[in-house]
Amino acid sequence: MDKVKSLDDLRKMKAAMQNATELREKGQNIDKLIEVKVSMATCGIAAGARETMAAMMDEATKRGIKNIVFTQSGCMGYCHSEPTVTIVRPGEEPVTFGEVKGKRITEIFDSYILKGELVDGIIPLSSKSIHD
Amino acid sequence: MANVRMHVLVCGGTGCTSSRSLEIVDALRAEIKAQGLAEEVKVVIAGCFGFCEKGPIVKISPDNTFYVQVTPEDAKEIVAEHIVKGRKVSRLLYVDPKTTEHISDSKHMDFYKKQLRIALRNCGFLDPENIGEYIARDGYMALGKALFEMTPKEVVDEVKKSGLRGRGGGGFPTGLKWEIAASYKADQKYVICNADEGDPGAFMDRSVLEGDPHSIIEAMAICGYAIGASKGVVYIRAEYPLAVERLQKAIVAARETGLLGNNILGSDFSFDIDMYYGAGAFVCGEETALIRSLQSERGEPTSKPPFPAESGFWGKPSNVNNVETFANIPVIFLKGAEWFASIGTAKSKGTKVFALAGKVNNVGLVEVPMGTTLREVIFDIGGGIRNGKKFKAAQTGGPSGGCLTEKFLDTPIDYDNLIAAGSMMGSGGMIVLDEDDCMVNVAKFYLGFTVEESCGKCTPCRVGNKRMLEMLEKISEGKATEKDLGRLRELASIIKDTSLCGLGQTAPNPVLSTLDNFYDEYLAHVRDKRCPAGKCKSLMQYVIDPAKCKGCTMCAKVCPAGAISGKVKEPHVINQDKCVKCGACFATCKFGAISKR
Repeated sequence: MDKVKSLDDLRKMKAAMQNATELREKGQNIDKLIEVKVSMATCGIAAGARETMAAMMDEATKRGIKNIVFTQSGCMGYCHSEPTVTIVRPGEEPVTFGEVKGKRITEIFDSYILKGELVDGIIPLSSKSIHD
Repeated sequence: MANVRMHVLVCGGTGCTSSRSLEIVDALRAEIKAQGLAEEVKVVIAGCFGFCEKGPIVKISPDNTFYVQVTPEDAKEIVAEHIVKGRKVSRLLYVDPKTTEHISDSKHMDFYKKQLRIALRNCGFLDPENIGEYIARDGYMALGKALFEMTPKEVVDEVKKSGLRGRGGGGFPTGLKWEIAASYKADQKYVICNADEGDPGAFMDRSVLEGDPHSIIEAMAICGYAIGASKGVVYIRAEYPLAVERLQKAIVAARETGLLGNNILGSDFSFDIDMYYGAGAFVCGEETALIRSLQSERGEPTSKPPFPAESGFWGKPSNVNNVETFANIPVIFLKGAEWFASIGTAKSKGTKVFALAGKVNNVGLVEVPMGTTLREVIFDIGGGIRNGKKFKAAQTGGPSGGCLTEKFLDTPIDYDNLIAAGSMMGSGGMIVLDEDDCMVNVAKFYLGFTVEESCGKCTPCRVGNKRMLEMLEKISEGKATEKDLGRLRELASIIKDTSLCGLGQTAPNPVLSTLDNFYDEYLAHVRDKRCPAGKCKSLMQYVIDPAKCKGCTMCAKVCPAGAISGKVKEPHVINQDKCVKCGACFATCKFGAISKR
């Protein structure tokens, strides 16, 4: 490890190390962040959910969006529209998007993640769980 | 996927490692690699999470899933289910005993709800062996702030303003201690960290050193700057091998990074730390004895004054603080003295870490704001008394403290209230006792400890405590009279008044406190020759109720002394002369026919 020779060096090292603990910091404040849950059951993975998650994380890094956190969920049952992604903006109802890959990703970032505007391809929630 | 999307934190504290948590780490890493996820999922060995009762703990971030009592065999399922497919392994989640619901986020657990973690802020969050993670979380920024934005006097004033008091037991104002040490002129001064945690049941200092060693290094450097010392010394007990190892690695890393050594961060301030190992003598927690031990002399206290601030290590001005006290320092500079002083009670600021142990459901490390009540700690956080038994007392302050009974359950815990209640804060051991505990026995346990640990320098402590212990033994054997109780109290107050150091002065406290609060129980021992809790062997008999005994012969078979006789299908009897009171028959009887009397 390089030596820190000034307070400025220390600040630089802090910035460089930020991603070492960022995931954990985010986990502690998850309620205040945009949570992107990628459905990753067998069919989701087969339909490319892992690639979708990677692409979305890259997109967030590219755009410098900090208040976002990526988690995964199990099978949501929307096998017809995999990969599916549920996005929870802080304090808002979750919205689930189907067939999230390729250009859809930029589209979702442009409108829903950045502005909260809905795009086509939302899967309406027609079921209730015991938690509702 | 090159992005790390998940961190798996595994507790690497002493408790969880002894339950094979490091094997869990290996198993998780192997399984993650086998699934081809090594680049996206990182396994981190973290410090103590505090919930030792349910260890080993595995926490997954960022979805905050808190798995309890994990075994290495569970690693495969965690990886296959949670990490690959996003399905939480519900059988490993914490089950709320009241609602029987599975809770996945520790924030929603009663154990964590009322806690505020300042000293333990990084324990269970950071990899203690990675200085980078500490720096990422504002590590060494407090030192930077002190060095470049404040004069040493301002640093002392900030600590004074925070109201921080010594967490090792005495409760002396830390800022004032620093100010006194700063006031002496000398060519060399020392900052000493007292890591000689010795109270039975207390392990907060060990956990801080294991889980967040850099916070201690940073705090010692800040103290060095404040009092004008360029050398730091950590006196740590060799019985804490993991804490020793982690602190050693942290010191080396801090040196390599330039955060210890000459001209730290390009300033004029130089500071380095050496470690000294103690052999685990309780008396060496007393600062003058500690300093003598550091100098390779017998660990015996010397009279004060001179205080170490004037003439300490090698006769030079020295400031001694304990680990938990230091752990609070960086936060005071990052968040401000006002913020720190806003937590707690009028005269006790901030938080206190308690090592909760004994007959309580949730054993572990608990950090609560000063002013939290005993009831909140034992019943809300601690989950109440084990096996639905009745609360009897909480022993705080270790061998120097006393027992807090039911009437103090709603007293806000702080330094002054505990002393007024006849106990003390001490280093934070809190041992919960239930109806099955005999208070004479408890007093005997603590006094036995101080008799063992007395350095022998002064007579009241060396001889007096031994005589007191003999009196207690007489009481528990049913050989004492009421007159002995008066003599016990008299001797206790003489030892208190005439001992040189804190060990002797406080050794009679457990006796006095139990005498004050449980005099009836002492009376039962001396007058009725009866132990109400059924703990004192000499005063207790096992008896068989002939109405309930079915004559199954099980008790006679397990009795190691051959004291039980009787024919098959006929009530058995215990020969009290032969009985060794081991309780084997009591544990074996399926019909509840055997009772203690």
